[in-house]
This record gives sequence, structure tokens and C-alpha cells, in this order.
Amino acid sequence: QGKFTLLRDSRTDGSFLVHHFLSFYLRAGCKVCFVALLQSFSHYSIVAQKLGVSLAAAKERGQLVFLEGLKSCLDLLFGEEEQPGQPSPLQFLSGSSCDLRALFDFVRVSLSAPAGDSWKGPVLLVDDLSVLLSLGAAPVAVLDFIHYCRVCVCCQLKGNVVVLVHSNEDSEDEENELLVNSLCHHSDLILWAEGLATGFCKDVHGQIKIIKRLSLRQAEQDLVQIYQYKIQDRNVTFFARGLSAAVL
Amino acid sequence: LVFTEEDKYGLYSNLLFKYFLAEGIVCGHDLFVASAKEHPDNILKELPAPLLDDSYRKDLGDEAAAVKSEDFQDSMKIAWRYQNLPKIETSPTTYTRFGHYYDVSKKMSPELCQSVKLHSFYLHEELPFEPKMKTWNMNSGYARLLQSIQRIISQEGFDGSDPQKKQRNVLRIGIQSLGSILWGDDVCCSDAPEDPQSLTKFLYVLRGLLRKSLSACIITVPAHLIQNKAIMERVTNLSDVVVGLESFIGSERETNPLYKDYHGLVHVHQIPQLNSLICDVSDTKDLAFRLKRKQFTIE
Repeated sequence: QGKFTLLRDSRTDGSFLVHHFLSFYLRAGCKVCFVALLQSFSHYSIVAQKLGVSLAAAKERGQLVFLEGLKSCLDLLFGEEEQPGQPSPLQFLSGSSCDLRALFDFVRVSLSAPAGDSWKGPVLLVDDLSVLLSLGAAPVAVLDFIHYCRVCVCCQLKGNVVVLVHSNEDSEDEENELLVNSLCHHSDLILWAEGLATGFCKDVHGQIKIIKRLSLRQAEQDLVQIYQYKIQDRNVTFFARGLSAAVL
Repeated sequence: LVFTEEDKYGLYSNLLFKYFLAEGIVCGHDLFVASAKEHPDNILKELPAPLLDDSYRKDLGDEAAAVKSEDFQDSMKIAWRYQNLPKIETSPTTYTRFGHYYDVSKKMSPELCQSVKLHSFYLHEELPFEPKMKTWNMNSGYARLLQSIQRIISQEGFDGSDPQKKQRNVLRIGIQSLGSILWGDDVCCSDAPEDPQSLTKFLYVLRGLLRKSLSACIITVPAHLIQNKAIMERVTNLSDVVVGLESFIGSERETNPLYKDYHGLVHVHQIPQLNSLICDVSDTKDLAFRLKRKQFTIE
């Protein structure tokens, strides 16, 4: 509880980790606030169904609060004048404010449990943070947003935060690299999915590095484990390096 | 959202663009063509003619049964995935196999062109940005284009907003040379553009519009002119498909014996991963193209 997990991908798509955490926490009975910036609700819903969870049902019983970024953005830009009491979570897009306060308020309100709420620990899931930079948010604003979320969700509400970011080894996107490096330093657990250095392979889709921070002060004490993985239609298989089923 | 990086002189990407539009006409989809360079009417006059085939569809019943169940959020995002058409084709052109073939040396007849509804957006003929629109914080050319697309989607019912409309159709959107200076964006000319986020914001909003309607879009961009690589990384993240065309014209590869049968390379930077956990499963990633007198082939 109270943990900040960073999902990171390089040279490959790490969204399978997001799908995993979403269905994992829902099945565990947690209240989840999912900020889905890049894909539609039906995309996640269809994959979740393959993993055995119904997002629509979770939404209905109040266990899942789903922010569909794409839809919210369209509502903001093409919709009617917004009501004063209900600012759009993506308000920073229209330039009226340059911070992500509205987005944070949305998260805070979604996860603050009303009396009588029987869900176990709250969870904030974000897919993916790098998009906010593409939409004009400054890296500092994004880091502030994450900081506020941590304080609220991890410390005050004793919940967990899981965030996905993209990064590339030779990336020229300095703002993104700044964001990713900063988040790495503040994470309790980092799951880093990387495409193979040798290039595309049918049987091994990539490698995942699991970094557990034992102490936030000394990086040498981190526990690092590396596995390779292959993604299938309904699950992901992990194996030790060089021991994929195709090789054995 | 198909994002195509143009080859240096735009010859081959233009061809791909026209194929996309031509396929739309043959399938009976509505078209929306946007450009700041060439008037859309001129683009539409230059589409390749389809090769008519005498063999008919095996069974009309099969086609009807393959129709997807209603779900407006399951919109079509990929350029070549359009086989589940709800409308029964009554025109003389028929389906033989997946997609159609075209003769590049002949032009599509005007009658066939007019058989579908055509919407166009030519930046220099559009009215200036309306002041009463909310501040969008985006390049005004892009903002006008988005408004135009949204208006067509909503008016013509591509987003399911008109329950009276029984026959649902697909809207094919083609945007030519986005990001070029003609759109008022300096992202292709300068290393430190004035408004680097306009292009990415545009793509995000466009993605939203595509996801909530029955439409697919192809965009061509003179990516070789964009010096700021960070922008290209972000753009790749925001698109479903990213394909780059590299022509051999004027490059040392033109005389390389390995490539003597081809005119250029096709780089597939990204393929869509929608509604599924599985990622890239293609067998090969080394593709090249060639343009013969009648046909453009990728192998």
C-alpha cells in the first residue's frame, strides 16, 4: 500500500502492463480511477474481457472511475460552454490555465471514498503520462500533478499509483526524458519493458526489467530482476533470458 | 489514424494518398479531402482507375453476416480494414478479393468519382477563424480543419447521432502535406518551431474524432523536413499506423544493385494494437516498393 509504481517502455509497447494492473486491481476489489488518455473505453474493455474482467460492470457498481481523455477533449473543444461547478479535467487544453489542477481535482474527488464505500485501497492508473506533454503541458506541471497525486493517493488515502511513460534510449525528446528520469527517482517499483536489442523476434517480444527500490537514497541497493516475455491473446508468459519455449 | 512520412519529392506518398481515396470511392465511402497545397478538386481528378473484374462476390449472404454489431466506439481506424461494410454494393464494381486493384496509367472516370459524396477543405479558400469559437491554443489552419471535419461527421451522421439514418457509411479522410509551411506551421522549417505542440494537439483531437465515428484517416507529412525529432517521436505515439516512404531518387541507393528492381523502401514504424493484448506479429519488416507503368507494388 502507498506505493508508486512506474511502468516504462522503450522500443516497444508496454501497454500490456497497464491492462494487467487494471484487471489485477479490479479483481482485488480496489477502487480504481483510470485516466486513459490515449485509447477509447471500448479498447480497454475488450482486452479486459479477455483477461476476465468487465469494465462496464465495474463502472456501474462504482468501483471504476474512467476518464476517457479523447472524449473529454472533444467535449471541451466542441461542446457547450462548461458549467462553472464542473470544470473539464483537461481544462489546460483550452489555455485558460497552464497547470493540471483540474485533472488532479478529478482524481482526488474520484478516489475520496464517501462514507459507506466498501472498496479496498484506492488506485490511480494513468495511460500514459507522456501524452500530456504532447498536449502542451510543461514537464514541471506534469511532475506537480504526479506529486499532488502521490500525496493524496499514497499518503493520505493509503492507496497505490501506477503510471505509464514512454522513453527511448536515444530519444531527443528532452522534456520527456526529464519527466521519466524524475519519476524513476521517486518510484518504489519500476517495471521497464524493452524491445530486444537484437531487433524484432516472433517468440520473444521483449524483455522486462523489474527494479525494486529498497532505499530511496542509494541506488546500489535496488533489487533488479530481468525476464523476457511473449504476449499472447489472453495472457503474457514470462521466462528467464534465453529460455523461451522456442529455444528449448 | 494512418500517418505517412512523405518521400523527398512527395511522388510516391501522393500516389499512396490517391490509392486510399480511390479505394474509398470504389467501396462507396464518403470522402473528405483536405489540402493547403493542391485544390482537392484537382486531387480528385487524378485518381487511378480501378481494374474492373468480371467475377462477382460469392455470396451476398456472407457479406451481410459479416457486419459488425452496432457499437459506435468501435470505429475504424486503419486504412486497409474496411471489409465489414453495412451497405450492399449495387454499382458495377464488385469485390473479388481483399481490396481492389488499380491501373495507375489511367484516370478514374468522373462518373465514378461523383458516385460518392465528396467533402473538401482547401485552406486558402476557407473563411478565417471565427472569433466566437473558444480559444483552442492551436494553429488556426489546423483548428479550422478540425472544425470542418467535426461538422461533417456530425451533420452526416458518421458518429451515430442520427438514429433515422438506416444505412451507415464510412468517412475516409485524406489530409495532404500536413505540417508544411502552407498550413502556417513552421515545424518543417525551423529547428525550434514557434508552436511545436500544434501538430501533436491536432493529432490528438483528430484521433478523438476518429475514435468516436465510423471514419479512417490518412495523413501525409513531409517528415524529412522536420528537424525536431522529439516531435516525430510524439507523433508516432499518437498515431495508429506510421509508415515512411523513402525513395531512391537522388540517393546513392539508386545505383545499388541490390535495389535495382525497386524505387524505394517502405518503413513500417508502427502498426496498430487495438482491442488486443498482442502486439507486432508481422513476419517481415523489410519492404520495398516499385512503380511500374500500371501498378504500384509493395513487396
